[in-house]
This record gives sequence, structure tokens and C-alpha cells, in this order.
Amino acid sequence: MVHTLAGNIGHLFVIISFVTAIAAAFSYFKAEQLKSVDWKHTARISFYIHIISVLGVVAVLYHIIYHNYFEYHYVWSHSSRYLPFYYKLSAFWEGQEGSFLLWIFWHVILGLVMIRTFKKWESPVMFIFSLVQAFLVSMILGVVIINLKIGSSPFLLTRDVINAPVFDINPDFIPENGSGLNPLLQNYWMVIHPPTLFLGFAATIVPFSFAISGLWSNRVTEWIKPAVPWALFGAATLGLGILMGAYWAYETLNFGGYWNWDPVENAIFVPWLVLIGGIHTMLIYKRNGAAVKTSFILVIATFLLVVYSTFLTRSGILGDSSVHSFTDLGLSGQLLLYLLVFVLLSIYLLIKKWDNIPSTEKEITSYNSEFWIFIGATVLSLSAFQVILPTSIPVFNSILNNIGIETSMAPPADQVMFYTRFQIWFGIGIAVLTGIGQFFWWKKLEKGKVYQEFALPIVISLIISTLVMALSGLRDLSFLLLLSSGIFAIVSNSRTLLKLSSKNIKLSGGAVSHIGVALMLIGILYSSGLSKVISLNRSGMSYSSDLPEEVNKENILLFQDQPVEMDKYKLTYNGRRIKIDGIGGFYKKDQFNLLNNKYYLTAKEDILKGDLITVSKGDTLKYNPENTYYEVIYTKENGSSFLLYPRLQENPDMGNVVSPSIKRSALRDIYTHVTVVANEEKEWSETEEQEVQLGENFFVNDFVSTVEGFKRIDEVDGIPLEEGDVAVKAQIKIQGKTQDYFLEPIYLIRDNFAARIPDENEALGIRLTVLQIIPDKDALVLGINTTQKDYIILKAIEKPFINLLWIGTLILMIGFSIATVRRAKEIKKG
Amino acid sequence: MKKTHIFGIIIIAIAVMIIIITAGDASTYVTFSEAMKMAAEGNNKKIHVVGQLKKDGEGNVVGLEVTEDKLSVSFMMIDNENIEQKIYYNEPMPPDLQRSEQVVVIGSFREDVFVADKILLKCPSKYEEEEIKL
Repeated sequence: MVHTLAGNIGHLFVIISFVTAIAAAFSYFKAEQLKSVDWKHTARISFYIHIISVLGVVAVLYHIIYHNYFEYHYVWSHSSRYLPFYYKLSAFWEGQEGSFLLWIFWHVILGLVMIRTFKKWESPVMFIFSLVQAFLVSMILGVVIINLKIGSSPFLLTRDVINAPVFDINPDFIPENGSGLNPLLQNYWMVIHPPTLFLGFAATIVPFSFAISGLWSNRVTEWIKPAVPWALFGAATLGLGILMGAYWAYETLNFGGYWNWDPVENAIFVPWLVLIGGIHTMLIYKRNGAAVKTSFILVIATFLLVVYSTFLTRSGILGDSSVHSFTDLGLSGQLLLYLLVFVLLSIYLLIKKWDNIPSTEKEITSYNSEFWIFIGATVLSLSAFQVILPTSIPVFNSILNNIGIETSMAPPADQVMFYTRFQIWFGIGIAVLTGIGQFFWWKKLEKGKVYQEFALPIVISLIISTLVMALSGLRDLSFLLLLSSGIFAIVSNSRTLLKLSSKNIKLSGGAVSHIGVALMLIGILYSSGLSKVISLNRSGMSYSSDLPEEVNKENILLFQDQPVEMDKYKLTYNGRRIKIDGIGGFYKKDQFNLLNNKYYLTAKEDILKGDLITVSKGDTLKYNPENTYYEVIYTKENGSSFLLYPRLQENPDMGNVVSPSIKRSALRDIYTHVTVVANEEKEWSETEEQEVQLGENFFVNDFVSTVEGFKRIDEVDGIPLEEGDVAVKAQIKIQGKTQDYFLEPIYLIRDNFAARIPDENEALGIRLTVLQIIPDKDALVLGINTTQKDYIILKAIEKPFINLLWIGTLILMIGFSIATVRRAKEIKKG
Repeated sequence: MKKTHIFGIIIIAIAVMIIIITAGDASTYVTFSEAMKMAAEGNNKKIHVVGQLKKDGEGNVVGLEVTEDKLSVSFMMIDNENIEQKIYYNEPMPPDLQRSEQVVVIGSFREDVFVADKILLKCPSKYEEEEIKL
């Protein structure tokens, strides 16, 4: 039965939440304009109904996903019957509609907090909130007015979206299963990364609303105090979300790192940088009343950049230039309209009120912390500008083409090179400034004393830097500068931290965050700047006879069971493995019988873990047939070894996708992924027949082999034989280069017919079949087929000190939390 | 002149510098003939060329060669002006190369051959969402 009721209720909630958002926006506008308590009352009721209906939409969407209602297109295209509940949560926000809903959800939560805590600001702030909500809800409205599609509803029925003949025959047809969640997203980080990121997105609306309200209600400086803790909270969650995404990319994708300067990554990184800049200028205001204008610009720009990044990633304008933008739902016009509305509204208000905003004409002196912090905010903004400019190349192309100018601008050929060349200098600047800025922040200094005070940290930093450089062999000038400025930032901020810890540790947010940032910069410098391809082989070969230039190959070819030397290791590829749900470890596929349902298999034999039986013979188990793991053993010269399991997914959506396997240690990670694997469907040679006697040596594919004996068996692949059946298993030993292998082909007689079950060995590329048994001669006739041996092509990269990046991230988050709590308490004090 | 003005001028100067360098470093979409002209003029900038693999009448890819060690590949590509060009790629053959509908190679000419540093493929989706499995 098609569950139309749920969808109708869901859609009704969407419409109510849209209407109430508009009603709330209008009433809050009136309330602010007329200073009317009645209007405010109406507005508040509208917003409360809005909250309830948004929660209703969320509940209905989760309900239809949880109960596998594949008659709904959203459920069918993002979920499947076999997903555990936490991946059904990921399915919820995998699509555009669901992720908009997630964003809307966080806005209503934040909105509720605003109404409850900021009575004096309620009307103007909630006007902005409601206006943004109306726009966001309209993205999932799914209404068509005279050929104009407004939003895309998550409650569309599969039959209304897809033209399949089956729906003409039976409109009530319900697909048996959904097409599932993209396997790349079936990762625990993808359960928590999107909610965190969208909470960060949502949080940027708070300082924006305060800034706009400040302009509108002529409270041009009062808005800063309540906005600061929210800006800090937004920066923390957005930063955490970005880094969770980076960590996911590092673990799951194969581009060799955690950050690829992809447009989608850049699009959220830029607002974050600007927001951090805005926080710093707001703190300058709190210190000495300056930088209000800059604060307005940066806080407003942050939110506009969030809207811009939404436009970039969801309008389809990035096209081929990004690996992970959303599918185009044909809503780019709508997105563009919102972007323009908010940009124009902000610019209009800023221009109108510009002269009311105070600006102090105090003398700028380099002995003030404010000066250094301002420079810091400027560096952050320039850094953001440098990132957003090339990221927008597809937008420039599109604008120019629309006004009739043909362009052929392409994104930079080597994105990572391109961005890091600039960004490393911004990084150096930021590191130095955090050291100086924190220093002056806590200490007013006389001109003469500066050199005295700075001498110690500079000397300590130089000593440490020299030691580190000597040990790690850094050569590049910009690398050297980044390292020493990072160390300077850590030393200088640690000194501040030490002093504060004896006075009031609650004030240490700035020092702690800056130590975190410096650690992150050093971690990035080492893990990216000094990452080393260790699968490099200097082959001395050239491209071809046409081009004699020598090239190095960055990959190595590993045939199964043939060890190859690489860097400090000996590598051996042991063969393909699968993972089974619910039990740890990796298994060979031939330990199981496959079933008709491709997600299930049964165990051929008991599987032991130590002495414990984890799986009994015949148990039905669940697994993901898309994933294959390639077991590679790394052996060091001293004999110690470790296993890595790089993965390949045959993903129906994205083709073949490889994911790395990472050996983590305190000082470095060894990151390994397969580049190419042999085709799993082998082409076998024609059968070669050979009569062999028991115990006699013979050759199979140049390997010495012996038939060691026969064995009567009572069951085949766990299925007992029928009466009158006779089955024999031949035991054949093949002497490989490093070990012996045993093959056991089966010969079965039933009703005078012979059935032959061959046995094969992947490592050797050999398949043996017992064609005939000659009992009086103690001999048998073997059918021999050979094939290409299994192989993988692999790339391995060493990433030194990557843990500094993750440790730095945690410290930064702690710093943000300390600062957020401190600034939130200041509001309460009034 | 006030200090704030000097500060402003420095910022604008840096921003302008970023714009100029970005414009200079941005790659371009060109055809093989334009790329060859650029190479002849000594311009070694990395460029994007869009095209397809060379195929025979029956749709089989021709001119694709994988080296014996399987670690690099060369193939024939036809750009949008129907010009044929041999491409060298010093990486193992991307698994989806042969079934790609469109290829974008990013690289530059060296001598007479085009060396690709990066290849972007557009492939037909293996399953079309329009078909529902029964």
C-alpha cells in the first residue's frame, strides 16, 4: 500500500512552516517599526507555530526513511532496507532537501534561544531569522506556480518523479528496496559531520542578525556584546565541522590528503576565515571602542559568504570543477535571488547608516595590541579573498558568457600548488601576529621595554627552530619561516598562558586557541609540505621514444605473493578480502558460500578467534558486496610487520572508488591506496589435460606439484550427499616460491553422472579439475587452466607529524569553548 | 597623509596583486592547435583540453597502450576541433578511461607529445535512476 498520508502531512507542515515564517517576519517587522507589543505577540505565536511545523517536517521525513517507504522518491534514492538506523540519519541529510531541512532545524532551535534570552533585541533579530527561514523553507516547498518551480519537496512520490513503465501498469507499485546511501558516506564521520557543519552555518545568522538589527534600530555599537559569544560559538562549530570533513576525506577519499582546495571545501573555509577576522575586530571594539565599521563589514560578509557558498555548491554552477557538489535540482534562480536579496539589503542598510557608525581617530601605534589584531584580521580577510577569487572562476565565466563575452578561463591546473603558494605566507603572517597580538593584549608596554620583553621568546623560538630544522632537514625558505613563526607563536602564547593560569584561567581562551592554530599550521606544514611518496620508483625510464625525458613512477605493481622492496619496507600483496558485518577482521571470500541475496553469505567452516568460535559453520552472515579489501603486509628490515587493507568500492553511482588504509603512529602516518586492481573476472586459458599418478611429481604452470591422495567426503559445501552419491576430494600440493599451496578439486558421481567441482588458487593463477579417476592405475586425469596472477598497483605516501594537526584542532576547540563561555557570561552581567 | 590611508593603500595593493597573479595562473580551456601554438611560443603553462578517446567504427577504443609494468599509459585523443593527439599519462590507467564519454586532460606539450598531469573523466552512470529494478 502506498502511504500517501505521511507525505501529505509532511507537505502540509512544510506549507504551514513557510506561511508562518512569512507571517512572523512581517509581524516582527511591524513590531519593530511601530514598537508594538501586539505585533510582537502575533509574531511570536507565528514563530512558535513555525517551530512546531518544522519539527513536524523533520519527524515525518525521518519516519518515512526509518520505515523504508520506498514509494517516496527521497527515501528510494537516498536510503535502503539494509542500512542501520545511524546511516538512515545520514540518508536524511544526504540529499539537498534533507540538508536544507537540517539547516532550517538548527535555525528554529537558535531562534527559540534568541526569543528566550534577548528580549531587547527580539523584534529586529527575529525579523531576520524569520526572513531567512522563509527563504530556506521555500527551497523545500515543492510548489509549481505557472511553470515556475519553487523548491523541491522531499515528499514527492517515486511514481511522480520517475517515468517507469511499471507505474503505468500498476500505479501502486512500491520498489522492493531503495537505491541506497552512497557507500562513501557510510562512515561514522558522515553521521556527525553534516549536523556540526550546518550548526556552524546556522550560527553565523546570529551575529549577522545582531549587526543588521544594530543598523536598523540605531544601536550601532550595542549589538557587538551579544554577538561576540555567538560568533565564537559559530567559529568553533563551523571549524569543527570543516575539520571533521577533512578527517573524513583523509580516511575515505584517495586524493592523498585531508584538504584538496576543492571549490566545495573552499566555499565553507572562506566564511570561516572572515568570521574569525570579525571576532577579532569585535574584540578590538570591546577593548577600546574602535573598528566598529570593520566589524560590521566582516560579520555581515560572513553570512553573505555562507549564502554564496550555498549558491556555489547547490546551483550546479561548479559543474565539473568539484568532486562533491550536490546534484542540480534546477533551483539556481531561486538561490541567486536569495543571494541578491541579502546582499542588497545589507549594502542598503550599511550605506544608509554608515555615518552613524562611530569611528575613532585615535593614533595608530604599533605598541597597541589593537594595531596587531587589526593587522591579523586584515591578513585573514586577504587570505579569504585569495581563496574565493579563483574558486569563483566558474561564476565569472557564467556571468561573462551571459552578457555575450566568450571566455575560456579554467580553474588552476594544480589546485594544491596554486593555493598553498599564497596561503603559506598568510599562515606565516598569522602565526607571527598571534604571538605579538596576545603579548600586547595582556601587557601595556613602554617603547624601550619591548625588545627586552620579546628577546626571550624570540631566542627560545630560534633555538627550537634551529634544532627542528637540523633534525628534519627542511630547506625551503617559506617552510623554514612557517616553522619558526609557528614555534614563536607557541612559545609566546604559552608564556601568556602560564601567566594567566596563575591569575584567571577563564581568560585564557585566546592564548589556548592561538597555540592550537600554531600547532595546526606546523602539522599542515609537515604532513602536506613534507609528505613523501614512498612508492616512488626511479625507473630511469622515459615516456616513450618520442620523449626521452626521464620520469619517476609514483606507483608500484605488486603480484600476489611476490614480495617487492619499497622504501624501508618489503611489501607483499596477500590477496583479496571481505569484511563481515558484526564480526571484526577481514576474510577470504572462498571461506563462504554466496547466496541469492547478494548481501548475505554463509560460512563454509567455523571461524575462530583465538579459541572462541565467532562464526559457526553454516551461519548466515551479512556483508557489503561492493567492498573489496586488498591485504598488503609491510615488513621492516628488523622483521616487524603490519597489515594494511586499502579498499576498492564498486560503487554504482560513482564507478570504482578507492579508499586508503592508514598505518598510524605517533610521528607519522603511512597512507596507502590501490590505484588499479586486476579484473576480478579472470580469463582462463583453455583446459589442458594431464594424466597424473598418485605421488608422482608433475608441472602446473612451472610449479612442481604432487597428488598426495584422495579422500571420500560426505558433504559438498556443507550440503550432505544424497543416498547413492559418491564424492571424492583430491589433495594436490603445489610448491610455490615462498610456501606450499593445497588444492582440493572434487569429483562427484550421482545417478551415473559425474559432476566436477574445480578448485582454484588466486595467488598462483591456477585452477584444477578432476576430469576422470582411473582406480586401477591409482591415477587421475586433471584439467588444468591458468590465468593472469592477481595483482594490484599501489601508491603509498608518508605523512609526518600529521597528529599535530589533529591535536592542534582539539586545542583550538578548547580555546574557543573557554572564550565562548567567558563572553557569554559578560552578556549576563549586563 | 594619514596612517590609515597608507594602510588602506597597502591592502588594496595586495588585493590587486592577488587578482593579477590569479588571472595569470588560472588555466584555460584550449584546443590542441592552440596548445601547440602556445608551446611553440615557449609558453609552458598547464592547460585544459576537452575531447574524447579515439574510437573505430564499432566504438572500440583505438591507440590505447599500457606500458608493460602497467604503471603508465598513452592514448589517442580527439579534441572538439577533431584534431588527433597522442597523450602520455605517467600514472596507471584510470579504470574508467575506456568507457568515458568525455575526457579533460590537464597538462602541456613537451616536444611533440602532450603530457597530462591530471585526467578528468565523465562517465555514463552505470545505473540510470530512471530504471527501477523489479
